[in-house]
Amino acid sequence: MSNNVDKQQQLLDRADVRVKHEAGIGGAISAFLDRVRSGDLGALPVVVGLVVIWTVFTTLNPIFLSSTNLVNLLFDSSTVGVIALGVVLMLMVGEIDLSIGSVSGFASALLGVLWVNHGWPVPLAILGALAVGGLIGYIYAQLYNRFGMPSFVATLAGLLAVLGLQLYILGGTGSINLPYGSPLVNFGQLLTMPQPIAYGLAALPGIAMLVTGYRTSARRREAGLSSKSLGGVLFFAVVVTLGLELAVAYLNTSRGVPWMFALFVLLVVGMNYALTRTQWGRSMTAVGGNREAARRAGINVKAIYTSAFVFCAMFAALGGMLAAARLASASQQAGTGDVNLNAIAAAVIGGTSLFGGRGSAYSALLGIIVIQSIANGLTLLDLSSSLRYMITGGVLAVAVIVDSLARRSRVMHGRA
Amino acid sequence: MTDSSSDSAATGELLLSLRGICKNFGAVSALTDIDLDVHAGEVVALVGDNGAGKSTLVKILSGVHRPTSGTIQVRGQEVSLPNPSASLAIGIATVFQDLALCENLDVVANIFLGKELNPLQLDEVGMEIRSWKLLNELSARIPSVREAVASLSGGQRQTVAIARSLLLDPRIILLDEPTAALGVAQTAEVLNLIERVRDRGLGVVMISHNMEDVRAVADRIVVLRLGKNNGVFYPDASNAELVGAITGASDNSVSRRAGRKAEANLTGDAQP
Repeated sequence: MSNNVDKQQQLLDRADVRVKHEAGIGGAISAFLDRVRSGDLGALPVVVGLVVIWTVFTTLNPIFLSSTNLVNLLFDSSTVGVIALGVVLMLMVGEIDLSIGSVSGFASALLGVLWVNHGWPVPLAILGALAVGGLIGYIYAQLYNRFGMPSFVATLAGLLAVLGLQLYILGGTGSINLPYGSPLVNFGQLLTMPQPIAYGLAALPGIAMLVTGYRTSARRREAGLSSKSLGGVLFFAVVVTLGLELAVAYLNTSRGVPWMFALFVLLVVGMNYALTRTQWGRSMTAVGGNREAARRAGINVKAIYTSAFVFCAMFAALGGMLAAARLASASQQAGTGDVNLNAIAAAVIGGTSLFGGRGSAYSALLGIIVIQSIANGLTLLDLSSSLRYMITGGVLAVAVIVDSLARRSRVMHGRA
Repeated sequence: MTDSSSDSAATGELLLSLRGICKNFGAVSALTDIDLDVHAGEVVALVGDNGAGKSTLVKILSGVHRPTSGTIQVRGQEVSLPNPSASLAIGIATVFQDLALCENLDVVANIFLGKELNPLQLDEVGMEIRSWKLLNELSARIPSVREAVASLSGGQRQTVAIARSLLLDPRIILLDEPTAALGVAQTAEVLNLIERVRDRGLGVVMISHNMEDVRAVADRIVVLRLGKNNGVFYPDASNAELVGAITGASDNSVSRRAGRKAEANLTGDAQP
């Protein structure tokens, strides 16, 4: 720390001559290519996949890329997307919840019963269903932590048991209609953002990137660490802002951005923060990567598993209620069929590894848009659901193959 | 009851004392009646053949395993170490033989795992600076602290694990084979580091198969054989004596006498 050290003193993290350090925008791009080559694919496969899928469907039916259809797509994505967000948490710690579909259906049934049949206020009914979802997750966590029951089996048992609960509380009628015109149903079907608000919100990510990028750079420079060039930060912020504003402008040519989608994105951003910038998120990643090492580092591994199970079931419950709002009904069919697999597929397709310790909240967002694009495009082509299932299954298989190959390549290139 | 005054630097204070530690894995007695004392400012080397129970003893002290019977006293107070966090909280830091690093996390995240700065908004810059300082203290050759640990070599991983153990300013450091994977310069650095840590008044327990390293830094050499205490030696003991005690090849009256003498010296030292 003496002042006599020459000004050209090396940065703390740039002392090793063996490491390549890329600078500026060109450097960022070549570093990215390097990462991809060694199997650290990140969001690349899903973006490529999305471009392919959208190109195919647009050539088959131009309506696919119309603003109206895309707004619909966003409405549909939000419900299962929220469920997929919970799946990301489970996959992060290397476990799985197969009962998310049942839990979502049960929550929607509970909402219907409490709200419509028993006349509870909506917020209270929602909170009640969320709490019950959390309780189901807590039970799984206890089975896992105390009895060492594999999550696969515990939640498979839960799939049936919770479905039974759903059928039981719906009783003889089998379905409950949620009143049209109620705020919740409007939220699920109609409400979109006023245009100025949409444009304003779309500018936020760019601004946040600029502010945090600038602050981090300043702190790192002060501390004698290398820092990103401000030009690069500005460049990416501008690109992101332009992209988002254009997307919003296009959606605004019809109904605009759904509030329900905004809620979904808010949850994704919040989850991303929690996973990357908090001790809890770090612990989740550590437990998924090496459970014993995490335990020896003093992390309360059981509590981490419990949090994953509870949050996953709560997200499933929330997603189920959003789906009920979207359909304006809570029925015996809610949460059955392909909900389970779509949510899991979305998380995996989006780039969260099935092997634990690797993933991102954004994979739920990207993955569900892929899944819904396929469903939506095939519906536009008037194809039966038999074909839809087969194609979605195929895409999931491809996504898992990409994940496995990338993992093998990462191991070979020492990136694990 | 004098532990309120921070006198950990007072050389000679009894930091850790094990009495009659036994550990059974099913029918196998991994440890039988182990006694071990560690004083402040002292390096105790644990040596023994494979299967002698060295690593098991370290795992008991770090809270990974629980002893079947026996007592553990830290600074005169009996403690139980039911899990690793209890051990860390009491001031025992461990570098495990298998290092216990998370390969999917980067170096900074591994060093700070479980004790991140600012839990609700991780202070990445602060953690990175501290990591570089710790690593530079160890003269580590880590190319970048933002690479996943998976991309590091064995020696680099070892350095990361050692850096991590120093983070919390522990009272006692347990090192399980700290130099096994290290190059010449890094081994010397680790030995220097062990001496620096000892001079700061910490107690160090080091497991090693390398007699040169042991002799270079240890103040006392405790030999385990088949899960039992098999004598205490000092660095001036001859190789033949040590090897004899370790392998049991010369388990005769001479070695037993040397062991007894050493014990007698030790108990004499302990009560000045």
